[in-house]
Amino acid sequence: MDYEALRFIWWVLIGVLLIGFVVTDGFDMGVASLLKIIGKSNDERRVMINSIAPHWDGNQVWLVTAGGALFAAWPTVYAASFSGFYIAMMLTLFALFLRPLAFEYRSKIDNELWRSRWDWALTAGSAIPALIFGVAFGNLLQGVPFHFDDLLRLEYTGSFWALLNPFALLAGVLSLLMIVNHGATYLQLKTEGQIKARAEAISSLLALVCAVVFVMAGVWLWVGIDGYIVTSVIDTNGGNRTVEKTVEIMSGAWFINYGKAPLLWAVPALGVICFVLCALFSKARAHAMAFVSSGLAMAMVLITTGISMFPFVMPSSSMPNHSLTMWDATASETTLFIMFCVACVFVPLILGYTAWGYFVMRGRLNEQHIRDNTHSMY
Amino acid sequence: MDIVELSRMQFALTAMIHFLFVPLTLGMAFLLAIMESVYVMTGKTIYRDMTQFWGKLFGINFALGVTTGLAMEFQFGTNWSYYSHYVGDIFGAPLAIEALMAFFLESTLFGLFFFGWERMSKVKHLAVTWLMALGTNLSALWILVANGWMQHPVGSEFNIETMRMELTNFAEVLLNPVAQVKFVHTVSAGYVTGSIFVLAISSYYLLKGRDLAFARRSFAIASAFGLASALSVIVLGDESGYEVGEVQQVKLAAVEAEWETQVPPASFTLFGIPNEETQRTDYALKIPAVLGLIATRSLDEEVKGLQQIKEENLQRIIRGQEAYDLMQRIRAGDKSSATVDRFNEVRVDLGFGLLLSGYTDDVLNATPEEIANAVEATVPKVWPLFWSFRVMVACGFLMLLLFACAFWHSARRTVDKPKWLLKFAVFSLPLPWIASEMGWFVAEYGRQPWAIGEILPTHLAVSQLSPGDVLFTLISIAVLYSIFVIIEIWLMTKYARKGPSSLHTGRYDLETAEAQEA
Repeated sequence: MDYEALRFIWWVLIGVLLIGFVVTDGFDMGVASLLKIIGKSNDERRVMINSIAPHWDGNQVWLVTAGGALFAAWPTVYAASFSGFYIAMMLTLFALFLRPLAFEYRSKIDNELWRSRWDWALTAGSAIPALIFGVAFGNLLQGVPFHFDDLLRLEYTGSFWALLNPFALLAGVLSLLMIVNHGATYLQLKTEGQIKARAEAISSLLALVCAVVFVMAGVWLWVGIDGYIVTSVIDTNGGNRTVEKTVEIMSGAWFINYGKAPLLWAVPALGVICFVLCALFSKARAHAMAFVSSGLAMAMVLITTGISMFPFVMPSSSMPNHSLTMWDATASETTLFIMFCVACVFVPLILGYTAWGYFVMRGRLNEQHIRDNTHSMY
Repeated sequence: MDIVELSRMQFALTAMIHFLFVPLTLGMAFLLAIMESVYVMTGKTIYRDMTQFWGKLFGINFALGVTTGLAMEFQFGTNWSYYSHYVGDIFGAPLAIEALMAFFLESTLFGLFFFGWERMSKVKHLAVTWLMALGTNLSALWILVANGWMQHPVGSEFNIETMRMELTNFAEVLLNPVAQVKFVHTVSAGYVTGSIFVLAISSYYLLKGRDLAFARRSFAIASAFGLASALSVIVLGDESGYEVGEVQQVKLAAVEAEWETQVPPASFTLFGIPNEETQRTDYALKIPAVLGLIATRSLDEEVKGLQQIKEENLQRIIRGQEAYDLMQRIRAGDKSSATVDRFNEVRVDLGFGLLLSGYTDDVLNATPEEIANAVEATVPKVWPLFWSFRVMVACGFLMLLLFACAFWHSARRTVDKPKWLLKFAVFSLPLPWIASEMGWFVAEYGRQPWAIGEILPTHLAVSQLSPGDVLFTLISIAVLYSIFVIIEIWLMTKYARKGPSSLHTGRYDLETAEAQEA
């Protein structure tokens, strides 16, 4: 296996981890975001929380792993994105702080105000990261103002407020809506009665909104956002020469890959179709199918973005030649190879015991069950 | 305050708060597994109650461990971006492996541990608990492999094209002796923390005379596990001292206030007041030959003093100047073999050239004064290390004494344990945390001025952020963490006071009282 193949594999693997994150942690973030909307009473909210209680912690590790894998496989991308988006990243972090505490502490004290505070903490801790991740992708698609000095130290020259531009906000909204929708499809699977009915109603509408926003963002990207293109030849098997290539900003560049291989249009098309199917399945009360199509739709949205930007992962708007691509911002061949072996062993294991965990906790929850086990449940 | 100081303060804050929760998780996970094993073997419900009650306290602690752990994962990228670029090729791998091999296992099974009691067989649940404990400990392994590499960077070399360190030998990184001794020392310290926690709270019930059967059994398990762990912390800590003596001579010299190289075998300064100005230790109480024995395991090898280390570092800084200059020439396009060959001769000291860049604008033509400042910086301040190390060791021996007494009484099946022992146990509750924090302080402050030992100085490792941004996040984190820690301690105290009655099984002393209240 050569360096080029490893680099490509890691581009795919980072994508897999991100998809793993939105498909698993996405639903618990979605359920938590809906906590105050769907859960009308304490018992209902407890049903919602306990539907995700055994799983959220494991799910969140997809995010931690994606961060770790970024560090190991694309150290410069990890450095540039986390320090470049400093305030946004730290706000995400502060929001994420609240989740473990809200889950664990909420039902430890029998007091209405205490519970309500933690409910808000749980909602904020889930909705804010969902929004900011979308905003981050919206900015990656537009390029981010950074460059390297002669020691390859990074300097970011933008501001936090510049991240909140209209296109990025639209991407943020799409991200939040997708995750909320995904949470609603999960509730359809795991709950009964009123909660389930409300979740069905939400998904059958929200999934369609997601489809529309996704298409809108695509059209905006086409007509309003300039893409990036490498105009020199990158030696995909050679060492990282991150700052030695030439890159141009060009309108429509983000669609070049689709032009080269028109079959790729199937990916965004499938994304739209899956959202529509999700709405239809929710209406038809085919809960498992609704959940699966929601997960697939989100995966397609991420893959669509990845293909569009390929081989870029973090273009620089202020110094395009310093843009980071998956060919020239990677770890060394040795590290990529070792990490690939580790992933080959552990990702299947993780999928195995995670699936077993869901199997053990299978079945629907209701208010009666919560009341019967009030001291051992969240 | 400049960006380097602010970033360091933020790291120190997040790391030290994180490590309030980690050792208890490490230790409690195994204690829970032991208690549940007894339950499965004997079938006695009280051991299941023990697992569930101590599990509740474990959960309260675990939540903050996860919360503060997220900050650790994020902040290398957010605040230490040049660090991430410069050593991510090596340092990132153990962190990613930690997530894949350990953190996933631990977190997935954490949910099943709490919610799976009624949904699987006894033996399956026991397996879940053991695997969760295994996950937490594997997690520590990979984190300490990463940290060990910061202290003693092996298995890697500088790549001038990519301007960073790259991995050359993964086995060396994994089997790094510093990482290995740190791992065993740290997890044992975690087991001690878990044991003290259970021992102190059980002693509180015994003092109050309630839930006696429950408390006595918890006391017995904690004292046995604690005694074994405390012995291992001390033995492995000593081993750790030996490794430090081998590879981090500056840290050893500072910890022991070894100003000048002594005639071997060096004597050990038990107490004294290190005086930076006179470079002496006032009122020193010395024990002959002991330091030589601990640090070199011999009577004739010397332990280098700070003065000698500084003299050697002066030479390394001078070679580092040359390496820095050659590095820039090569990067600018000079690939002549004379330049490259000379660079390869002096590249081991490139880090010292980078260190000097923090003290001058022009590394090649630094003034003697600037060089002298950099030389001084290669040695950390003595008194903080000297004292924090001694506090750690004192706590360690105090806990060993406690476990020995506790084990003696529980092995003899003393029904009524002496009051002084129970009080000793209750008041020992803070000791493991003090010891852990002091230990990490010695490890990390003693690594200064380096982010990566003798490779990357701390001042270069930071992200180029505005001080205002970092001040904002530092204050925010301080406020948030304070609130979290207050809530956690309050909840922990509340549930610890309630004791096993909080399980609402109807079998424990406080429940009738609570029923009346309700």
